[in-house]
Amino acid sequence: MTTTTIVKAPSTTPAPSATAARSGGVATGTKIRVHALRYNPQEPGSVPRMQTYELEQSEGMTLFIALNEIRETQDPTLQFDFVCRAGICGSCAMMVNGRPTLACRTLTRDVGPDITLAPLPVFELIGDLSVNTGKWMRGTSERLQAWLHGDAKARDINRLEERMEPELAEQLNELDRCVECGCCVASCGTARMRPDFVGAVGMAKIARFRLDPRDKRTDDDYYELVGTDDGVFGCMSLLACHDVCPKDLPLQTQIAFLRRKMAGKGWA
Amino acid sequence: MKVVYTDVLVIGGGLAGLRLAIAAKRRGHDALILSLVPPKRSHSKAAQGGMQASLGNVIKGQGDNEDVHFEDTVRGSDWGADQEVVRMFVNTAPKAVRELAAWGVPWSRVRRGDRTVVINGQKVTITERDEAHGLVAQRDFGGTKKWRTCYVSDCTGHAMLQAVGDQAIAASIPVHERTEALALIHDGGRCYGAVVRDLVTGALSAYVAKATAITTGGAGRLYRVTTNAVICEGIGHAIALETGVAALGNMEAVQFHPTGIFPAGILVTEGCRGDGGLLKDADGHRFMPDYEPEKKELASRDVVSRRMEEHIAKGKGVKSRFGEHIWLDITLLGEHHIRHNLREVFEICHYFLGVDPVKEMIPVRPAQHYTMGGVRTKPTGESPTLKGLFSAGEAACWDMHGFNRLGGNSVAETVVAGMIVGEYVADFCDRSENDVSIPTGVVRGFLEREQAKLDRLVHGGGTEDAAAIRARMQEIMTAKVGIFRRGKDLEEAVDELQKLLVRSRSIGLRSRVPGPNPELVIAYRTQKMLKLALTVAYGALTRTESRGAHFREDHPRRNDVQWLKRTLATWKNETDTLPALDYEPLDVRRMELPPGWRGYGAKDYADHPDTAARQAEVDAIKEKHEDRFERQRALMPYAHLLPKRLQGRNERIDERFPPAEPNGTPESEFAWESE
Ligand SMILES: Cc1cc2nc3c(=O)[nH]c(=O)nc-3n(C[C@H](O)[C@H](O)[C@H](O)COP(=O)(O)OP(=O)(O)OC[C@H]3O[C@@H](n4cnc5c(N)ncnc54)[C@H](O)[C@@H]3O)c2cc1C
Ligand code: SF4
Ligand code: SF4
Ligand code: FES
Repeated sequence: MTTTTIVKAPSTTPAPSATAARSGGVATGTKIRVHALRYNPQEPGSVPRMQTYELEQSEGMTLFIALNEIRETQDPTLQFDFVCRAGICGSCAMMVNGRPTLACRTLTRDVGPDITLAPLPVFELIGDLSVNTGKWMRGTSERLQAWLHGDAKARDINRLEERMEPELAEQLNELDRCVECGCCVASCGTARMRPDFVGAVGMAKIARFRLDPRDKRTDDDYYELVGTDDGVFGCMSLLACHDVCPKDLPLQTQIAFLRRKMAGKGWA
Repeated sequence: MKVVYTDVLVIGGGLAGLRLAIAAKRRGHDALILSLVPPKRSHSKAAQGGMQASLGNVIKGQGDNEDVHFEDTVRGSDWGADQEVVRMFVNTAPKAVRELAAWGVPWSRVRRGDRTVVINGQKVTITERDEAHGLVAQRDFGGTKKWRTCYVSDCTGHAMLQAVGDQAIAASIPVHERTEALALIHDGGRCYGAVVRDLVTGALSAYVAKATAITTGGAGRLYRVTTNAVICEGIGHAIALETGVAALGNMEAVQFHPTGIFPAGILVTEGCRGDGGLLKDADGHRFMPDYEPEKKELASRDVVSRRMEEHIAKGKGVKSRFGEHIWLDITLLGEHHIRHNLREVFEICHYFLGVDPVKEMIPVRPAQHYTMGGVRTKPTGESPTLKGLFSAGEAACWDMHGFNRLGGNSVAETVVAGMIVGEYVADFCDRSENDVSIPTGVVRGFLEREQAKLDRLVHGGGTEDAAAIRARMQEIMTAKVGIFRRGKDLEEAVDELQKLLVRSRSIGLRSRVPGPNPELVIAYRTQKMLKLALTVAYGALTRTESRGAHFREDHPRRNDVQWLKRTLATWKNETDTLPALDYEPLDVRRMELPPGWRGYGAKDYADHPDTAARQAEVDAIKEKHEDRFERQRALMPYAHLLPKRLQGRNERIDERFPPAEPNGTPESEFAWESE
């Protein structure tokens, strides 16, 4: 039943195989093979390797269902991170056939029958498919002071709230939808080279607060935070990030906008 | 022995835990948060629909205020709630929305003028007031008289968690991510912190604190079909239960949400129905008006879920290869609305069902959704029996939801309870008599005990399979302790769960890998979850009435004569297979809203002997007072239960405050006079 073979880790990750096949390439009942990168840093002598699990494609099977089935019936040691299993929390990003994406909302019929899974690069590896995006995100938030800097004098919360144009609220929400999944960072050439690069997620956060009239910081303040090679000037604008963001954040326009603004500051 | 010291140990980094930690930190106490996952991935993230607060900005919310919110919540609870706590809550909810607005939540806003909405299946034009323009908007939700649910498109929980999480970072509150509290450290009726497992290395350490708060969310994973995240396993509930000192309240009160997508159980928000979506059967017939002519699709969740199952039982369900379901039809809301205001719903349908909700109907069926029961606390959030242990949010039985929580009242509870309980935690830490002096021997004892339990699982040679036991437990809970409950089923459930609990004591592992070891995690959690499952099932078996979400086919009436009381469960000995049940009566003579008919669902209940007298008293008091604040105070004073800074009134468009004095402190001006 269980075919567990150990294969050599591929030196380059294969290109996305069947990402276009929305309506489904793999028929229910046929075999699919999950090739997962295995490595447990806590285990002395563990070395990175690929391991293959074979299972049967079922109706509506997602990678969440497939990986849990593997863990329950074939290999209880396999590590991965799912929380909401609904594409909402950003926990489960991994490389699926070489492309960073949310595993829980990936249907196996769209990416099979051979599915290669690897942990996101850039982030600290916890084990197998699990990486420490949380630590990276908190560190970046701290460095970028990515929280709303409101009025020093606290508003009276008994009184009517400050008004905001409905359109602006919608625009803010658009930029606020980031789930800190790390896909943009995993796809980013600069992030792989520069450990402190803030990534598209960092720039999007700054763009979000900049747009928010409740945040009292000025462009000079933002320049201090992202007007560096670890910020907008490190970005090569190749926009791999934009293509992989599972929440469709308008990263392209935001990065371009921020670069223009900050470049203006730099010359001033 | 690794020991970490802090003032406030917050177990759980969801909305409740984060807000509570911020409150304590602002009062000068060090707070440290433990979380299984990065806090912004907590399940609060998944709240789509919104947060109730009686701002009354939209025209359909005009006239809303604390009094209306109070009555809706108490009716929703089927009179199981603590009415004083509900009062504390409804007064603080508007403040919480406004605080969150100041922290950056991009609340959806009111636009002046005409707009088209769908009400009762009809397109209707409503006109928003000029003076409401730009204020926080509200939408309709089940079980409410007014449109009261504030929202951010349909990712409200996400936006709230983002803002509150950011504020916790701003306040430099450390979060120890990927850690799990396995046991509370306690001695002589005082809680001193927790034994904690590192989910990266697998190592145990002790966290010692003056005050410990359980904010670990719900326990949906006791069930096979649930809207809850995979981490909602009730471990926080279980470690409180395992003290044998702290009690869990009303664990049999479990809410089922009408619209989990079928069969995965992923939620599509109540906002779908609030915004005008309809439930239809196999014939395409809209059946809810047949059962609930008044509230229709928007009766409270327990009622709608039961009506759906009842309709399926009549043979009207839609047959599919996975079983039967009902249709949720939101096509009438139109593409723009669905893609803007229900975007998360659109994505979920697209990715998980391959359905386009603009054109097609969504297959749904009720799924476990919310844990009303939890760690029993006083209005301050502290356990009445285990000093220094606090709880807030879904993990707590503070008890503002009683036997059924209204949609939108839960994320509201998380931040409101965080604000209130956080202040009381700070008060507790302020008092020098609460300084910690615990012998290291006690700490070591707890640490060694927990290590020994894990070692037994790994090396004890047990043969039982944890995953199989858990799957069976979830099956039993879904089949026999679900929406419709019968004495016979419940007896069988309790019986089999006890056997599973005994078997779980001989779980063995197939692997011994160092590090977190996912198999070990499943093993120890399953042992704890079985105790909780038994607490739910046994409580349900014992409660021979129907109230809110607890529905007994063999006892369909609400029975205030015998059951107007809260279940309190404790687990006395590790070797027991059942909790000890105790009951805490609710005092009708002190209720602001004496028990009656909810306005939806069955009109069938047995009155408490005190109800008639109290109702007469209430009516007389209401006659006497014109002013709603005076009237309320005469009925049931509660302001003294709130921290001083949260006692103020709430301004509304229709209840304007005089302009603020330039240097005045408006809060104190409008504070309640002390009782
Ligand atoms: C799909 C869905 C949609 C919902 N929509 C709405 C809505 O629209 N409106 C509404 O009012 N309510 C809604 N609810 C309910 C509401 O979201 C939750 O009740 C609420 O967010 C719970 O918040 P919390 O802070 O109590 O817990 P959670 O947000 O669940 O956080 C629990 C925290 O505890 C941590 N934790 C758990 N156990 C341990 C342990 N042993 N050790 C250490 N840490 C631990 C977790 O890591 C997590 O950080 C919804 C619920 C679901 C499931
Ligand atoms: S555009 Fe910038 S942030 Fe995006 S992937 Fe390229 S370098 Fe990285
Ligand atoms: S910007 Fe997009 S890809 Fe990047 S972390 Fe946020 S949601 Fe993920
Ligand atoms: S598990 Fe939450 S996004 Fe995949």
